[in-house]
Amino acid sequence: MPVKTYREAINEALHQAMAEDSSVIVLGEEVSGGAGCDGSRDAYGGVMGVTKGLLPTYGESRVIDTPITESAIIGAAAGAAQTGLRPVAELMFMDFFGVCFDQIYNQAAKFHYMFGGKAKCPMVIRCTTGAGWRAGAQHSQNLTQMVTMVPGLKVVCPTNAYDAKGLMLQAIQDDDCVIFVEDKILYDTSCEVPDEMYTVPFGEAKYYREGSDLTIVAISNPMHKVLAVADRLEAEGITCDVIDPRTTSPLDEEAILESVEMTGRLVVVDEMTPRCGMASDISSIVAEKAFGSLRAPIKKVTAAHSPVPFAPNLEDAWIPQEADIEAAVRQVLEYAS
Amino acid sequence: MSIDTQEITKPKASTKGMSKQQFLKAYRTMRTIRDFEDKISEQFMKGNIPGFLHLYSGQEAVAAGLCLLLDDDDYVISTHRGHGHCIAKGGDVGGMMKEIMAKQGGLCDGKGGSMHIADFDKGMLGANAIVGGGPPIIVGAALSAKTLGTDRVGVAFGGDGSSNQGTTFEAMNLAVVLKLPAIFLFENNGYGEGTHASYAVGSKDIASRAQGFGMPAYKVDGTDLFAVYELCKQVVEHCRQGKGPVTIEASVPRFKGHFEGDPQAYRGDGEIERLMKEEDCLEIARKAAVKKKLANAKELDAIDEEIASYINEVTEAALAAPAPGDDELLTNVYSSAY
Ligand SMILES: Cc1ncc(C[n+]2csc(CCOP(=O)(O)OP(=O)(O)O)c2C)c(N)n1
Ligand SMILES: [Mg+2]
Repeated sequence: MPVKTYREAINEALHQAMAEDSSVIVLGEEVSGGAGCDGSRDAYGGVMGVTKGLLPTYGESRVIDTPITESAIIGAAAGAAQTGLRPVAELMFMDFFGVCFDQIYNQAAKFHYMFGGKAKCPMVIRCTTGAGWRAGAQHSQNLTQMVTMVPGLKVVCPTNAYDAKGLMLQAIQDDDCVIFVEDKILYDTSCEVPDEMYTVPFGEAKYYREGSDLTIVAISNPMHKVLAVADRLEAEGITCDVIDPRTTSPLDEEAILESVEMTGRLVVVDEMTPRCGMASDISSIVAEKAFGSLRAPIKKVTAAHSPVPFAPNLEDAWIPQEADIEAAVRQVLEYAS
Repeated sequence: MSIDTQEITKPKASTKGMSKQQFLKAYRTMRTIRDFEDKISEQFMKGNIPGFLHLYSGQEAVAAGLCLLLDDDDYVISTHRGHGHCIAKGGDVGGMMKEIMAKQGGLCDGKGGSMHIADFDKGMLGANAIVGGGPPIIVGAALSAKTLGTDRVGVAFGGDGSSNQGTTFEAMNLAVVLKLPAIFLFENNGYGEGTHASYAVGSKDIASRAQGFGMPAYKVDGTDLFAVYELCKQVVEHCRQGKGPVTIEASVPRFKGHFEGDPQAYRGDGEIERLMKEEDCLEIARKAAVKKKLANAKELDAIDEEIASYINEVTEAALAAPAPGDDELLTNVYSSAY
């Protein structure tokens, strides 16, 4: 099977969806780049290069470079979604959600319910997230929790290229507003990705590793640190269930609960600030629904409760690292009730 | 609400309005900005600067010309392309270099970096990594000035790209409604990342759109220090007298990529070389000043030399400075007990 990067996998999904369904459009800032310029068009293909090549294939009527105008991008996508198109809107950095959040959580998310099921909002909002690029307080945040808490939105956060393609194709054919969270650290990671179209269903967790001593749940790029830790532990004879929910809304509670019922121990890892984050949410679900199975307190490994600092040493301290994950895992394993 | 419409004017360049002392100050500022940007570009290539850099090279005359008319207690707010605004407002250049290199002694303690460069002692309220983040905030600074009865003014620097953002529209309207001493200074360098203003700005220009909000608006050649200064003199005076907000659209070249490392495939053939040859505000100012005997080449050369060594000095100091202490991660999240 061909090996593709996370970037290529999403790009391929967009290509295939656009080829198959002429109502699929892509819009956002620099989705092709070079509009109105003397040099070449498709100069960026998105700031992360994910939409490169769409413009030459599908033309300006379906690959739309916008001015810097996030509220109008998302509002226009929502309006177009309500009236016959399937827009894939790009917001660049997830941090920019703040500019247009009304259009997301008061408008797109609520159409279907508020209008008694008469309106649909089949749109995808793509964004990139994650710290580690020394990009500072306004270009590094993972705000997945802020969209996960909104009823009506579906939230996808793929951790590998295979899932990224299948989840993108699912997102585009889904009839609700889907927030598609791409982790910038993952764009160049690769794995086997089939050429043909396929979907990965929402609300179905993936088991990266299976084991019996401990359950580790991780969201987005920290998963790869978790895997490194799990593999080290395995060499010591400790085996973990490593679960990637893949979508935070809907969330595959069953997979997590089932695993914890077996292992009795849980560590949850995300790269969000610790209050009201995904780790808190998953911990509370387990505490509520699997309390009787727990043999140790749940441990959360998250980012620090501060904006993302610029200085590399501070940013590295802000980000949950392998050592933090390993320490948490050992603490939970060593806990004797 | 009365609508104060006015001709969009483009003052002609003349050196008349500027004293020798003022010119030398502005020239010094422009040269400092240019050298600072060249130096950090070089240090970035060497791997000594983390993160993203958006350089102000080519736009120096705008910040320098305007800031000649501002005092330390006037306010400016900036964009992601903020080094020039910070230097022109009198920001601590050594502290800037340390900040951009993420070192102790940086203006934001290494927590902000290039995209958040700020110097509050000089009324520089910060670079901003959110396009359109600044204009509403400068409306607040202008509201303080008016409410507290000072004659301070607030300037929001913005790019052509930021002129299309809803926050910018809202800020402009509110400034008109409240008749605030706010200046919206759009530096039109032709590009928002790799999208041309001729595509992204729907109106014929930014200034006439600003007029539509009910404030006077002017266009100026931003490569001409003297023209910028002359126009800004009227505009700042207008604001200080309590006559409400004004918009300026300054046309400028962007010598560098959107960010350092930008491959710039969207640029035309030979475009940058032509801009650097024909639209270099430093060369234009220098030529005009020498011709009008406002300064001689020798004294300008001396300034150039002095600044080059100053920038080397602050660079060496920043390179030698230690990183912030690891225990600083959680300091300053709140300003009072938590
Ligand atoms: C809200 C928001 N949207 C998009 C971006 C990404 N971005 C950063 S700078 C920029 C272009 C800004 O263009 P302009 O205002 O003309 O300023 P210039 O870069 O030319 O100085 C864009 C799109 C951002 N930082 N913030
Ligand atoms: Mg611009």
